[in-house]
Amino acid sequence: MTPNGLIQIGLYFVALIAVTKPLGWYMARVYEGEPTFLDPVLRPVERLLYRLFGVRPEQEMSWKTYVAAVLVFSAVGLLILYAIERLQGLLPLNPQGFPAVPTDLAFNTATSFTTNTNWQNYAGETTMSYLTQMMGLTVKNFVSAAVGMAVLIAFIRGFARHNAQTIGNFWIDLTRGTLYILLPISFVIALVLVSQGVVQTLSDYVTVPVVQPITYTQPKLDANGNPINDANGNPITETVALQNQVIAVGPAASQIAIKHLGTNGGGFFNTNSTHPFESPTPLTDFLEILAETSIAAGLTYTFGKMVKDTRQGWAILSAMLIVLAIAMLSLYAAESAGNPRLAALGVDQTSSDINPGGNMEGKEVRFGIPRTAIFATATTATSSGAVDAMHDSFTPLGGLVPLVMMQFSEVILGGVGSGLYGMLTFAIIAVFVAGLMVGRTPEYLGKKIESYEMKMAGLIILIMPFVVLIFTAVAVSTDVGKAGIFNPGAHGFSEILYAFTSMTNNNGSAFAGLNGNTPFYNIAGALAMLFGRFFLKIPTLAIAGSLAAKKTVPVSAGTLPTHTPLFIGWLIAVVVIVGALIFFPADALGPIVEHFQMITP
Amino acid sequence: MLSQFRPAIVAYIVFTIITGLLYPLAVTGVAQVIFPQQANGSLIMKDGKPVGSTLIGQPFDDPKYFWGRLSATSPFPYNAASSSGSNLGPTNPALIDEVKARIDALHAADPQNTQPIPVDLVTSSGSGLDPDISVAAALYQLPRVARVRGLSEAQVRALVDKYTEGRWLGVIGEPRVNVLELNLALDVVK
Repeated sequence: MTPNGLIQIGLYFVALIAVTKPLGWYMARVYEGEPTFLDPVLRPVERLLYRLFGVRPEQEMSWKTYVAAVLVFSAVGLLILYAIERLQGLLPLNPQGFPAVPTDLAFNTATSFTTNTNWQNYAGETTMSYLTQMMGLTVKNFVSAAVGMAVLIAFIRGFARHNAQTIGNFWIDLTRGTLYILLPISFVIALVLVSQGVVQTLSDYVTVPVVQPITYTQPKLDANGNPINDANGNPITETVALQNQVIAVGPAASQIAIKHLGTNGGGFFNTNSTHPFESPTPLTDFLEILAETSIAAGLTYTFGKMVKDTRQGWAILSAMLIVLAIAMLSLYAAESAGNPRLAALGVDQTSSDINPGGNMEGKEVRFGIPRTAIFATATTATSSGAVDAMHDSFTPLGGLVPLVMMQFSEVILGGVGSGLYGMLTFAIIAVFVAGLMVGRTPEYLGKKIESYEMKMAGLIILIMPFVVLIFTAVAVSTDVGKAGIFNPGAHGFSEILYAFTSMTNNNGSAFAGLNGNTPFYNIAGALAMLFGRFFLKIPTLAIAGSLAAKKTVPVSAGTLPTHTPLFIGWLIAVVVIVGALIFFPADALGPIVEHFQMITP
Repeated sequence: MLSQFRPAIVAYIVFTIITGLLYPLAVTGVAQVIFPQQANGSLIMKDGKPVGSTLIGQPFDDPKYFWGRLSATSPFPYNAASSSGSNLGPTNPALIDEVKARIDALHAADPQNTQPIPVDLVTSSGSGLDPDISVAAALYQLPRVARVRGLSEAQVRALVDKYTEGRWLGVIGEPRVNVLELNLALDVVK
């Protein structure tokens, strides 16, 4: 660890806190229907859209109608994206002539982008046409984020309102979130990314001659593209001279901007933000990770403003950032320490101003260790799952940090919207447990927390670990599951655990050595993503409906204040004990075992 | 639930047009006008033809060139049409073998050099296309390149410095040397 690295981490937090209030203030105005500076342009568009949709803006929804709208909209989007992937061979804007995406992969990808997971079993530059990237994936990047934010806003209305039967109109929340928040900010970010070197073009891939022609060997193929084997059944190889390099380009910047802003994380290219066309400079790395966390942080202020007590929002954000900072420093320390097995070979892993040092396998020189630590922690704390380094090649404890961040049910900032409604569910549990300890009726933000809310909160907390652990157990005990493993030993188990933790929590990052593009992982993963996303939204909105209908109880001497340092500490403890500790036995079998193997010569 | 179908279908189609067509085309249009060089891949042009991209590395294993990071793309290194990391875990014996092979290759190309090797020179990048190496990795290779080309170390050092980029604002990211630009410049000199 170097002073520069610590300063870089500090600057990230300064920048994040600086954008929280202005962005949160603006988002509150958008969702409460107040005038904004974009009204002259967007108001007429908005009115036109409502007419086309056939919705009456003044008509609000009960929580059940809101759930129905979310589910129907998501299902329609899933089917349309699936259709685009399957038909891309017949559609325009396909300069490389890619054929239809295979059925199981198309289903996995459609689910992945609908659930804001953006798990990549496909490689963008070898699978998806420009049309699929734009009209399929980019669209999903916008609307799945807008759906998450809409559900959060409906949830907050549950606290903000009293004696109410409705929690807002989904179509309005969806439309305003997309038009007023996601689109304009993405447009600006996209242009900054292009200025740094992120590509944005509809032209074909570029072919250039290589400066030093090299030769390489590859399996010899017959006329049908199948490998030819010799008499002993071994593949025959041939030596090929490499004269040219084909460089994949495309309309990347427009997608990458919303990929980060909407905590989506699905890359335009296979290797996501490690790819120099996806994040060419330290500035883009800084901007992408700031964009990725800014809406989640800003929404805590939006929440405070909507419940008319901004201290509540700052308290929640403080709990999140304390956990985030501890995790980031842990990852930074683990990766800076490097790999003792390489040290034994005489490799120089000391960090200095001319040597990034540490464990550089799977990392990019322009980012080095500190930026990778910031990125990897924040990308798993939010549900983004974009990567600027290969998590599979992290040291065991370095890889444990992203895993644990996801095991917190994505409530440390979390996905746009979904992170905060998850964290508020933990806050409900925290006041409930605290209430039990002192024998008082628990209340949060003036609403009594009763058995119905606790049942729903219990469901929300338990579904995720249940899905993760069951699917992991199935995968490690079946041949189709084990077939995907790339790295041997404890690390192979970590790959599977990481995959289902990531998909169920709608993160999308991976220990990417695991070959997930098989029918088993495509389908099991799609189910995990659907459970993780929609099973949680239903009880969340049920709590919102129930709370909105209650009357507000005035603050009394018996009320537990929920904006104090004591409550912040208590909330963190509940998130750790109730949330992440469930996974300790599983984590012990993977990264923790591997750590001890690595440090034992 | 049924009453939600019309808004769902219409809204999805409308948002597809706005965010999937108008938005990316608008970004493309503006980008092509104000940042055409970057938007098209930061290509290095020679005699009107592209000879590489400043952002995409190329494979080098000739001692007269500076070598870049290891690349795990398939079927050949630095395949810019199919980016990929190695994904090798820290305790995977295959990782140790790869690092050893690279150390051996560096020693074979420059037997006199017994300095410790900077870690980025023996490990694979995340993208498989990393255009950069650390300043330490460039300095490690500098005596070899100078000797093979018959240049003075000061001449090569001047070029290394020219293609070194510092941290953004002096703080963010890592200092780095662009391998392709450096090697192209070396070919111009000698």
